[in-house]
Amino acid sequence: MWLIDSSIGRKVVMSVTGAALILFLTFHMTMNCVALISGDAYNVICEFLGANWYAQVGTYGLAILMALHFVYAFILTIQNRRARGSERYAVTERPKSVEWASQNMLVLGIIVLVCLLLHLANFWSKMQLQELIHGTNFVPGQNGPTDGAFLIKYTFSQWYYVIIYTIWLAALWFHLSHGFWSMFQTVGWSGTKWQRRWQVIGIIYVTLLVLGFLSVVYLYFFKSLC
Amino acid sequence: MEKNISFKLKVWRQRGPKEKGQFKVYEMKEIPTDTSFLEMLDILNEQLINAGEEPVVFDHDCREGICGMCSLYINGHPHGPATGATTCQLYMRRFKDGETITVEPWRSAGFPVIRDLMVDRRAYDKIMQAGGYVSINTGGVPDANAIPISKEKADLAMDAASCIGCGACVAACKNGSAMLFVSAKVSQLALLPQGQVEAARRAKAMLSKMDELGFGNCTNTRACEAECPKCISISNIARLNREFIAAKLSD
Repeated sequence: MWLIDSSIGRKVVMSVTGAALILFLTFHMTMNCVALISGDAYNVICEFLGANWYAQVGTYGLAILMALHFVYAFILTIQNRRARGSERYAVTERPKSVEWASQNMLVLGIIVLVCLLLHLANFWSKMQLQELIHGTNFVPGQNGPTDGAFLIKYTFSQWYYVIIYTIWLAALWFHLSHGFWSMFQTVGWSGTKWQRRWQVIGIIYVTLLVLGFLSVVYLYFFKSLC
Repeated sequence: MEKNISFKLKVWRQRGPKEKGQFKVYEMKEIPTDTSFLEMLDILNEQLINAGEEPVVFDHDCREGICGMCSLYINGHPHGPATGATTCQLYMRRFKDGETITVEPWRSAGFPVIRDLMVDRRAYDKIMQAGGYVSINTGGVPDANAIPISKEKADLAMDAASCIGCGACVAACKNGSAMLFVSAKVSQLALLPQGQVEAARRAKAMLSKMDELGFGNCTNTRACEAECPKCISISNIARLNREFIAAKLSD
């Protein structure tokens, strides 16, 4: 199977799962931006998704994508370290055109994943999970499993979550600033012109994406201060 | 302006593939800046021989940047600090008086050290033997202009063909991947009608040989492109990816 036993095949898996995860993030960010306007409107979306079959299918799909992306990342890293040989260079210097992020994708990915687990504990475990197991393990003041607006208000009124989420989103920005154009390069949809185009499109896209997420965090943080 | 510089040379010494290597520091005195890097190593070796020591082993041949024989990882860069040039095209005027210059061999599982700064790059020959050629039935010589090729395609093919197979891409890559080399050798043929006949077979055979020989997976860091003495573009890697994926999908 070429997706497992060829180097390009393994990279195609990283590329396609990465693309799907970026699409998910785009959807998630768009949904969050509703909370900028109205908490009630945000809760309507939470109710619409909830633990309905399509939301469940989406969750399981995402879990599989994440797992594939993560397992392949480790396989690739182990193989690549082995290919580097047993002796390391004594002196190394990064050429100007090499992005820092491109050489630290695994570390950035691990930061993203660890913070994701925290994020799931903050929100998902109080929402969809409670609905699935018919539990009532809510945060005091939370009005049912689809009261996402309250959880946003509650989480981002605590300054340390604001810092953690900022670090998380910064790591995500760096990860995607390389990942975005890299996924097009890997599937071959690139060339001398398009490589630079994808790089610019990627930076703009990823910056908007991360700013969208950050705006919700900081709006609710400053609201909590007033 | 020619002047003389003195510096410390930190060179990797390793007696054989299986033996443990280490750095040795040599003091170089009053070397003219017009000396080429390899001439400077020749001076060092002359000193070592006169002192009754073993000379430093390093690869070189044409000394004009076309054979791909010279290597050396100098101060953190394959082929040294100059861009678009091989080690043999590097001159001592690039270095400062009193500097320490670190010289290492290519370090990659695919290129094991033979001795000192010399590595075994036969893996590249094996990749070429796997499919880096065109099988043509011999017969009458075809007319020069019988097959029209656009200027654009011809230029791209020539750019790819300028790869000298020195291995700097593997040496520069944190993943020890040979993708820039393989993609250049696939592209120089895939871009031309003569090469398209066997394009799918070639891409598959050369890539699987590369994987088999223990080179890493490309993660698009672009270090290869930045360090390549012939400035081979990673757009060739995108083309190889395209060729390979298309070949696999049509299997």
